[in-house]
Order: sequence, then structure tokens, then C-alpha cells
Amino acid sequence: MKKALILPVLLAMAPPALAGDTSPGALIEAYSAQSGSAPVPENGKALFLGKHVGGKPDTPSCATCHTNDPRKGGQARTGKPIDPMAPSVNPKRFTDTRFVEKWFRRNCNSVLGRECSAQEKADIIAWLSSL
Amino acid sequence: MKRNILLASLIIVAMPALADDGRMIRPVTNALTQSECSACHMAYPAGFLPARSWKKIMTTLEDHFGEDASLDEASRAEIEAYLVANAADAGGRRSGVLRRLDAADTPMRISELPWFRREHSGEVSPRRLKKAGSWANCNVCHRGAEKGYFEDD
Repeated sequence: MKKALILPVLLAMAPPALAGDTSPGALIEAYSAQSGSAPVPENGKALFLGKHVGGKPDTPSCATCHTNDPRKGGQARTGKPIDPMAPSVNPKRFTDTRFVEKWFRRNCNSVLGRECSAQEKADIIAWLSSL
Repeated sequence: MKRNILLASLIIVAMPALADDGRMIRPVTNALTQSECSACHMAYPAGFLPARSWKKIMTTLEDHFGEDASLDEASRAEIEAYLVANAADAGGRRSGVLRRLDAADTPMRISELPWFRREHSGEVSPRRLKKAGSWANCNVCHRGAEKGYFEDD
């Protein structure tokens, strides 16, 4: 009987890894503590909307896939829709530390050719949270 | 215990049979493979590529068709193991999807397989392909693709 109970519980837990272990505010605080200075939303905006060199040629900007308006949905290069990045319209954003770290790592490398610093992460989340 | 066995056998029965022509193929059954791959595109059935292709794909995720799709090592290893164990040539199997594929070739795309090209030749107009975006989006035309059904639609 116990086993039969465990199985559905595991199935319910397995899918999308949105564990809800954090919040935009908590992440901004943590990344700012790491960098040692306050977040600058304007810098996050410039980084997010700017065109960069050094990354992969097909993804010169965050906006390539996320569009210039983070309150709207974007589209992956495959055509798959991407949910909006602004927490005001998509409350699931920035609520799972591992998910956030995974996509910062991948996408900063795709766009910039390097990982983002803690300061840059704080700036970006601060800007997206202000929208 | 009996219940679990019954459940397992029902799941097996429910899955599409493996046909050698690739029109019905087992969809991805590993939860991590399903969730990670489908973050960006349909999770392609493991049986659509040989093991050597999956190994190459899973060891070059830092540049995955022009994007960084890297994973933590534990996830990467689990997904590679699943894909290799269920590949088109797993366990010495020789699936029809590998027909005329040179043993020296390691295709990175299912759409590179001679079988794929033959199946789609003359079937898809340029307009239809444009609508689909690319060959990567099976499910635009094959509505049952996610479930492993690739019958002509």
C-alpha cells in the first residue's frame, strides 16, 4: 500500500523543475551580496537588449529569442514559444534557483561567450522585476 | 506488488509498437530526457538515431546547433545512457531508419538520414516546410509525433 502511494507522489514531483525555492527579490539579494554592490536595473536593461559579439553568431542578444519586450512571450530558434520573462506577467519566473542558474549559464554563454557575473545577474533580474 | 507489475505491463502495452519503417516508434520514456530536450524542441525518439550520433550530440551540448544546451554532468550522463540504450542500433538491432546510412557517418540530425530524405521527398512543399519552420518540428505535420506516431497525415 505504501508503495502504491509513493508512486503517484513521485510522478507528481518529477515534471518541470519549478520547485519554488526562491523569488526574484531573494535572487537579487543573493547575487548582490555575492558581487558586493547594489543592482543597477538600467545596466540589466542594456545588457538584455544590447547586441553582443563574442557569443554564438545566431544569438547576438537576449532579445533574439526573448524579444525586446520581456512582458511578452518570445520564441526559441526552433520555433518553440518562450514564456514572458517579466515576473509581473509570469509569476513562475525566478522561483527556482537551479533553473535560473542553468539558463543563465547556457544563455550568457550563447550570447556573450562567457558566464554572467553575479552583478550582471542581479542587474538583469532587477530590471525584469521592475517591468 | 502485484499492482505494480500490472501497472508496468499496462504501460508497456499502451506504447506504440516498434515498426522498422519508423512510422510508429517508442516515444521518449525517460522523464529527465523528456523534460530537458523538450525545453527547446520535441524530445525526439531515441530510436531515430544510432548510438554514435547520440554520444556525439550528448558530448557537444556546449554548442548544440548554435546554442549552449549544456547540462550538469549527472543529468547529461543519464540522458546519454537512455538515448544510447534505446538507439536505432541498440543491442545489435538494425532499424529501418538506418537503411543506407554509411557506417562511417555520424549524423547529427534525424533529417540527414537517407531514410528520412526518402520518406519526405516530394511529400513536403516548400510552403509547408516554411510553415513548419524547419524539419525539426515533426509535430506540425505529424500530429501524433509526441506519442510516437508518424503515420502520414
